Amino acid sequence: MNLVSRLRTAFFKPQPEKAKTVPVSRGEAFLVFSSTGEVIQAERVLKADGLPVRVMGPPPALRTGCDMVLMIPLIHGFRATAALEPHHLAPLQLIPVGEALLEPVSLFQTRDYGKWLMVRAANMKLTVEKATGRIVNVSGGGCPDVPYLAAQLVGKTIDDADLAKTHGQTLCGYALHLAAQELHHQMQKKE
Amino acid sequence: MPDTRPWLFVGTIPDADFPLVMSPFSLTHGNISLGFHEFPVNRGTPAMLAAAAITHAHVESNTSPEDRIALVAGDIGSGQGSRQVYKKLVEMLPEIRPLGITFHYLLPDVDWHNRIFMALDELSARPVLVADAGYMYAAKMSGYAGKYDLFTPDIGELAFLADPSAPHPFYTRNFLLADEEAAEDLIHRAYSENNAAQHMLVKGKVDRYVHSGRVVEKVDAPDVPMMEPIGGTGDTLTGIVSALLASGMNMHTACTAALRINRRMGFLAQPTPASSVMDLLAALPSAIHLEIQQ
Repeated sequence: MNLVSRLRTAFFKPQPEKAKTVPVSRGEAFLVFSSTGEVIQAERVLKADGLPVRVMGPPPALRTGCDMVLMIPLIHGFRATAALEPHHLAPLQLIPVGEALLEPVSLFQTRDYGKWLMVRAANMKLTVEKATGRIVNVSGGGCPDVPYLAAQLVGKTIDDADLAKTHGQTLCGYALHLAAQELHHQMQKKE
Repeated sequence: MPDTRPWLFVGTIPDADFPLVMSPFSLTHGNISLGFHEFPVNRGTPAMLAAAAITHAHVESNTSPEDRIALVAGDIGSGQGSRQVYKKLVEMLPEIRPLGITFHYLLPDVDWHNRIFMALDELSARPVLVADAGYMYAAKMSGYAGKYDLFTPDIGELAFLADPSAPHPFYTRNFLLADEEAAEDLIHRAYSENNAAQHMLVKGKVDRYVHSGRVVEKVDAPDVPMMEPIGGTGDTLTGIVSALLASGMNMHTACTAALRINRRMGFLAQPTPASSVMDLLAALPSAIHLEIQQ
C-alpha cells in the first residue's frame, strides 16, 4: 500500500486514533518502507553497519495494521540509505521525528514445563526442549508468516532461530524473533 | 426450514505458491483438500479448516459439506495472497450471500477491511461475522470491532484489544500485563473502548464466554496446561465454533460447547508441549461425542 492510500485510510477511519506519548528525540528520523518484511531486513543491514537503530510503530497517519518504521539518528540518514542500497532496500521516505511513536513490546513471560521451556513475547510463544535446545512448538500470532515460520523452525535448535528474523515479514514474525532471542538468552544463563 | 446459505472460511495457506482457491473442503489422510488442491494440516488456516470439517462430520445438521466454503490463497507474510483473498471476497459477496464468515490468518490491512465492510453493508441480510488471528487485529484497528459477532482472543490478544492505542499486539503497552488474573479487567477495558465484538471466547487457563462485556460462562475443566505451547489450538477452537454456528446452533450454545470440546480434545490426546495439532485433532471426534452425550 502506498503513502497516499495509507493517508486516505487514516482520514476515513470511523474513530480518531487515540494518541500515546512515547518520547522520542527531535534529533531522530524514521525510515518508512513499503512492507514490514523490508523493515526487518533493513534493521539487520543497518545494525551490521554499526548504526544505532530502533524498531517503532509508525505515526497514526501511516498505520495500516501490520507495520513498523526504523528510527535512526537524523544525522545518519544519508549513511543509512547508502548502506541499504546494495541490498536493494530503498526507504520510501526519511522523515524527521515530529510526533510520538509507538513502542514495541518489551516484557517477556516465561513458563517452565519441566523438560520444556516456553517464552511469550506479545502474542507469540516459542517452546524448546531444555536438554537439546530443539524448538518443539510455535504458537500464537495472527499474521500469515507465522504458520510458515513455525514449519521452518520446529525441529531446529534455538541457535538457528534467527531464521525468524531472516524470513519473518510481519510484526508477528518480529515478535517471534524477540521470543527466540529471549529464550536463547535464558538458555545461555542456565548453562 | 433450515437456512442453507453457505458459511465462508477465509484465510491463507502457508505456501507462497498455493493459488487462490474458493471451494468446499474436507480432511483426507491428514491433508486439507480444496478442490484439486491439498495441503498438510499443521497450524493456521489449514488447522482451522480441519477442525471445522471434523466437527461438521460429527454434528447433526441439515446442511451439507458443500455449504462450507473455504476462500484461501498462499501467503507467507508478504500479504500478496491476503490481498487476492480480500479482492475475491469483495467480488463474490453479492453472489454468495453467506450465512456467516469466519476470517482467519490474513495480513491485517485496514483499507481492505473497510472495503469488505462496505460490501457487507450492501447485502440484504448481514452474515454472522467471526474474526480470529490477523483479521481480528484489522477489525479492532478499523474501529468496527463492535459490529462483529464473535472474536476469539487469547489473553495476549485480549490485552491488545484492551489497549486503545495499540494497532497490533506487538505494540500492546507493558502496563496491560497479559496475565490470567487480569483477564476480567482487560475484558472490561476492551468493551469500554469499543474494541470488542458482541461475543468473545477468551482463551486462557480459564476460558471465558463473554457477551456484551459480561462473562456469561467460565470453562476450566478439563485443565490441560500442555495445550498452551501447541501451535494451532486456537485455530481448532475457531474451526469448531464456526462449524457449530454453521450447523444452525445459537451463539451461546455454540461458544460454550466449542470451549468444552476443544478442552476435551486436549485431555483425550494427552499431549506434551512437543505435540502437534494433528495429534490433538485425532481426538476431536471422541470429544464431540462426549459433548453430544451430555
